[in-house]
Amino acid sequence: MIDIKHLSKYFNDQKVLDDITLHVNAGEIFAIVGHSGAGKSTLLRCINGLEGFSEGSVNVLGQEVKHLNESGLGALRSQIGMIFQNFSLLNQKNVYDNIALPMKVWGYSKEKIQRRVNELLKLVGLEAKKFVYPKELSGGQKQRVAIARALTLNPKILLSDEATSALDPNTTKSILELLQEINTQLGVTIIIVTHEMDVVKKVASRALLLEDGKVIGLGRIEELFLRPDEKMMRFLGEDEELPQEGVNIRLFFPSNVSYQPIVTQMARALNLNFNIVWGKLEKLNDHVVGSLVINIDEHNARLITAYLQDKTEVIWEIL
Amino acid sequence: MEQSILNFYEKSMSMKQVLIDAVIETLTMSLVSTLLATLIGFILAIVLIVTDKNGISPHRYTYKILDVAINMLRSFPFIILIIVLFPVTKFLVGKHTGTFAMIVPLTIGTAPFIARMIEGAFKEVDRSVIEAAKSFGTNKLQIIFRVLLPEAFPSIISAITLSLIIIIGFSAMAGTVGGGGLGAVAMNYGYYRFDGTYIFWTVFILIVLVQIFQSLGDFLYKIVKH
Ligand SMILES: Nc1ncnc2c1ncn2[C@@H]1O[C@H](COP(=O)(O)OP(=O)(O)OP(=O)(O)O)[C@@H](O)[C@H]1O
Ligand SMILES: [Mg+2]
Repeated sequence: MIDIKHLSKYFNDQKVLDDITLHVNAGEIFAIVGHSGAGKSTLLRCINGLEGFSEGSVNVLGQEVKHLNESGLGALRSQIGMIFQNFSLLNQKNVYDNIALPMKVWGYSKEKIQRRVNELLKLVGLEAKKFVYPKELSGGQKQRVAIARALTLNPKILLSDEATSALDPNTTKSILELLQEINTQLGVTIIIVTHEMDVVKKVASRALLLEDGKVIGLGRIEELFLRPDEKMMRFLGEDEELPQEGVNIRLFFPSNVSYQPIVTQMARALNLNFNIVWGKLEKLNDHVVGSLVINIDEHNARLITAYLQDKTEVIWEIL
Repeated sequence: MEQSILNFYEKSMSMKQVLIDAVIETLTMSLVSTLLATLIGFILAIVLIVTDKNGISPHRYTYKILDVAINMLRSFPFIILIIVLFPVTKFLVGKHTGTFAMIVPLTIGTAPFIARMIEGAFKEVDRSVIEAAKSFGTNKLQIIFRVLLPEAFPSIISAITLSLIIIIGFSAMAGTVGGGGLGAVAMNYGYYRFDGTYIFWTVFILIVLVQIFQSLGDFLYKIVKH
């Protein structure tokens, strides 16, 4: 669906995207994560040609973006919706006219526009606000209008640039649920740019981690968050202070075992005491997964690993 | 010019009639000039906003040339501009005095001013709204007429109101160097003949006109602004 190869981009002399290669599958929710200034928005804007680039290739829906002329780019963009942090609605137009704008631009008939806009108003739950102007809407409602507008032309892809960053947690949640609904029910592939890890964990199936324009992580979010490598750890700001003595074993609980009392069962079965020195439970895509580090003296470590191996589905590694 | 007004005076036309005629002349001058200046200013503003370095189709030289020309015209004191434009006015209207002749310098003198104000109104439009429009495939022409224009419209109304008021003031000034209207009355009856009543009434009428147009403009702004 989207195939990016060795993409590099400069602003003046600053390299803001550095050799990025990534593939987004049809139907997934893909997240681009990174701190401010990492190049997330720039990367996203390369996908619909709002931003040009110097090296590499960006292939979207089978078309090489840099080879498209103006009308070709326009046609491609009509298949890609986009939403923004500050909603970007026309303040002088009411909700209906805002949602209708893409279809007006593309010359659809009045009847078709009317039918589609009403459909979308229903989808985003704003039927009652049809003729209201943006200034009378809350942030969440504005973003719903923007989402409806982005969907007007039935796009195959939806790009979201920090769409929830200006919203409070509850509104964020409802907008994310709407995006999930759009993904599952309408089959729209969604790419979200965000600096909020919670957003990524909640909706994304895969993520790309960006730091200073470079990819520092790419994969399924269970892997990224549960078995973070050193870079990812630094990125998340999680410095674990682990004991220097004994052996530290990290246990990963996949979602199917995360509700079972494995650790206490193991302690009882082996009649061993150990220290739990670090741990967390995460909700990823509505699955609960957990990670725990235990510390034990050297000669008992083998018993533990043998138990984990034979009796449980827990994944483990010795640190 | 002086001669004709003197003749009127000789015929002992009532002050009331003189003032009514002057108001009509002033309104004709101001409204026609505002209309023309707005048309020209609007086109200039669109060229400016499009060719601006952050515009939808940057073109450095076009922008720079226009920019300098507008600044130059704007830095002329208006009285001087009227005189400098005498040949142009004569060429366009056939003479360089009278109500209709003054429309030329009034239009040329204020079009750059309106252009700047409308450019400012366009620039106020949030860049991300333009980005959003681009993101669903809006072309450049549509961005101007379907996004920039509706979004900037209330500010453009304010700009036109302000211009009209400035033009009314300028038209009074033009009256002193051969234009008609209230300025000419104040000059010929008030200044040359030391008749304070004329001065009083012309000033009074000018204040009332400005008030009326400002209120009208504010009212329109309120209606179109959302
Ligand atoms: N138009 C531009 N001209 C010059 N430099 C730019 C431009 N746009 C972005 N940059 C620079 O490119 C880098 C990446 O910017 P980008 O907006 O992609 O970051 P981001 O990850 O989206 O950050 P944020 O989370 O703050 O939105 C930054 O260093 C920024 O200063
Ligand atoms: Mg950004």
